[in-house]
Order: sequence, then structure tokens, then C-alpha cells
Amino acid sequence: MTWFLDHLDDVASLTVTHAVLSVIPLLIGLLLALPLGWLARRYRWLRTPLVAGTGLLYTIPSLALFILMPLILGTGILDPLNVVVALTLYTVALLVRTVADGLAAVPEEVLQAATAMGIGRVRRFFTVELPLAVPVISAGLRVAAVSNVSIVSVAALLGIAQLGSLFTDGFARDFVDPIVVGIFACMVLAAVLDLTILGLTRAATPWLRRVPA
Amino acid sequence: MNLVWTWLGDPANWQGYDGIPVRIVEHLAYSAVTLLLAALIGIPLGLWIGHTGHGRIVVVNLVNGMRSVPTLGLLFVAVLVVGPLLAGDVAFLVPSIFVLVVLAIPPIMAGAYAGVEGVDPGARDAARGMGMRPAQVLVRVELPCALPLIFGGLRSAALQVVATATLAASVSLGGLGRFLIDGQAYRDYGQMAAGAMLVAALAMAVDLVFAAVQRLVVSPGLGAPRTTERFPGRGLAARSGAFAS
Repeated sequence: MTWFLDHLDDVASLTVTHAVLSVIPLLIGLLLALPLGWLARRYRWLRTPLVAGTGLLYTIPSLALFILMPLILGTGILDPLNVVVALTLYTVALLVRTVADGLAAVPEEVLQAATAMGIGRVRRFFTVELPLAVPVISAGLRVAAVSNVSIVSVAALLGIAQLGSLFTDGFARDFVDPIVVGIFACMVLAAVLDLTILGLTRAATPWLRRVPA
Repeated sequence: MNLVWTWLGDPANWQGYDGIPVRIVEHLAYSAVTLLLAALIGIPLGLWIGHTGHGRIVVVNLVNGMRSVPTLGLLFVAVLVVGPLLAGDVAFLVPSIFVLVVLAIPPIMAGAYAGVEGVDPGARDAARGMGMRPAQVLVRVELPCALPLIFGGLRSAALQVVATATLAASVSLGGLGRFLIDGQAYRDYGQMAAGAMLVAALAMAVDLVFAAVQRLVVSPGLGAPRTTERFPGRGLAARSGAFAS
């Protein structure tokens, strides 16, 4: 506890870096997964290659993926971009399937009603299908957010600074306090992201809220 | 890229106690021991929870909660706290395996639980109607019906274990992670990247083996198992449609 109070500034700045490294891939991943998930839903034959292909990416252990990134991106091994791109890939892998499932869960009658009202394909996607798929997509997004926070910390083994640096630092000095603080900070960050997504989902799906009797 | 091929092509890296074959065997050995221990704990617990319905909330929260615990931190704490109590190589081995088992239990338990919970109530009633005792219902009806999801859980646990065993190289454990960590220490990117490729290949191979076994063990009466579980914790979400196909 004393260690934590003495190093409040360090922990705060590492937490900010950690949050940025976890959230940016989440947002880019979501933006990429929406069209891919739509394709997987719209064209049945694309579903297997898309879902299985991105799923294969997910099997690559995070440390290995971070190390392989420079080969593809031409970056240095210490470049945080490696972490951002690798986590984006994981996020896409998780969300393509979720988006496809979410869109598939929209009732056919609703789509027919929208079409009968003269709503075009593009507008129907953005104003009817996507909003109705939000609960399913948001469930996947929450899983991705929480696992991103945990995976980012692995990058500390390569010397990329974020909360995981507290682990490597504490381990090198045989000192448990920073590690415990780091674990706690990671879990709090994950919980904050999770609750934020939950809150945004509530706000975006007013029809799901119970009307008080 | 050339660095990688040079390193992989060097016969010296394929021999001896720290050669590639030995590291692969070590990696597989840690993973197998971990999965076995985790399955021995996780499957009975999951079956029991699914069968009785007790502790349902515990499973869901455990699976979600464990996801937010950073693996690396947990590994370091375990080694620093438990390590000094033991002597020699065991000082790294025991805490590492312990953490791996702790991480592997939730997906396995969730798979077993979701599998039993998703069993057609009609099949369960029929078994009871035929005079089976609760234990018989569990072993002869619920267990075979739950196999696809049990193996789904084992498969996601296996992926997690192979990945985390790589990290365990940073606390002096053997396995393929050694090349990643030692390469970093010697500033030898060729070794790091080659090791990373080997780890990725091993993870994919393990996943494929589990996918194949999953197909083999499932009773033909159940039909093709629903899309296999790739993502930790998805079993709970997928349980309602587990036998839709």
C-alpha cells in the first residue's frame, strides 16, 4: 500500500498508456469487423472462410504475435504499433463472428416490415439491422475489451511500457508490491471498460429498458 | 525474414538439451500435465454444477472474472511467493503449473456445465422414466450429450495453456518460450521470430488436433456438433443453441 501511494504518478501514467493501447485496437477492430461480419452474414459461402480464417489468428499466442509483427509491418520490436495491430487482429477475430451472429438474430419480419415501408438496403442496415444487433455485438465487444487489457500487459516482456511493466519490474527486483498493484490496476481498468460498454449499450437500446410499472 | 530462415536452418538449433525438438516436447509436456490436472478438477465440478444447478452464478462470474486477471502478473506473483518455499528447478515448475491449471479450470468447467445444462430435458426425463438413478442419468445420458461442449471447453483451455506456457519462459521454465525470451536477452531477433513462428505453429496444430478429436468422440446420434467453441467463455453464450443442428 505504501509503495502504491509513493508511486501514484507512475501507476497513473502507465494506466493511461495501458488504456490507450487497449481501446484503440478495440475501436479499429469494431470498425473492421462490422463490414466483415456483414459480408459473412450476407454471403453464406463467405462465412466459413471469414470466421475460420480470423479464428485461426486467434490461436496465435500474444507474445508470438507481438514478435512477428515487425516482420510484417517493418517496425522496430519496441514499437507500440506492434501491440496495436496485433490486438486489432484479435479484436477482429472475436467480433466478425459476433457481428454475423448479431445480424442473423434480427427477425426476418422486421426486415420485411422495413422494406415494405420503403426503406432502402443501406438505410435499413444502419437504422434497423445494426441497432437491433447491438446487444449481441456489445456482448462480444465486452469480452474483447476485457481480454485486450490482459493481453496488453504481456508486451512488457518486450519492453513496451504499460501496466505490465510493473510485473517485469517487480519480478526483476524480487518485489511483490508493484506486481499486485499492477494486477489490481489491470482488473480495475478492465472493469471500467466493461461498465462503459454496458452503459453505452443501455443508452443505445432504449427499447430494452423495462418501463417501471 | 532472412534472419529467421538462417536460424531455423542452422542444424545446431535442432540438437541437444536446448534444441527445437526438446523445447517442443517440454512445451507439450507442460501443457498436457496442466490440461490433465485442470480437467480432473474442472470436468467433475462442471458436471456437478450442471446436474444439480447449484453454483450457476459462480461459474459465470469465475469465467468472466478470470478473463480480466493479467496472466503475466499472476505468474510472477506465484513464482515470487511460492518459489522460495521450494528448492531447485521445482521452484519455478510448481508455481508455473499451478497458475496454468488455475487459468485452465474456468473454460473447462464452463464447457462441462454448459454441456449438461443444454441437454434436452426430454432425454433427461426419459432416462428418469426408465428408472435410472440420478448418478446413472448423469453418466449415461447427460455426459455423452455434453461431450461436444466439454471438448469445446478443453479446446479453448488448451489454447490458453499453450499460450501461457510460452510466457512461463520468463520465469525460467523451458518450452518454446525460451527462444522468445532468450532471443530478446541476446538481442537476436532471428531466434525470437523463429521461436514465435514455432509457437504459433504449435498452437494451431494443437487446436486442429482438438478439433479432430472433438469430431471423433461425439456420438453420431447427436449429429454434427454445433460450430466449435473457439473463444473462451463463449460456451455459456452458445448453450441455448448447443444442439440446434
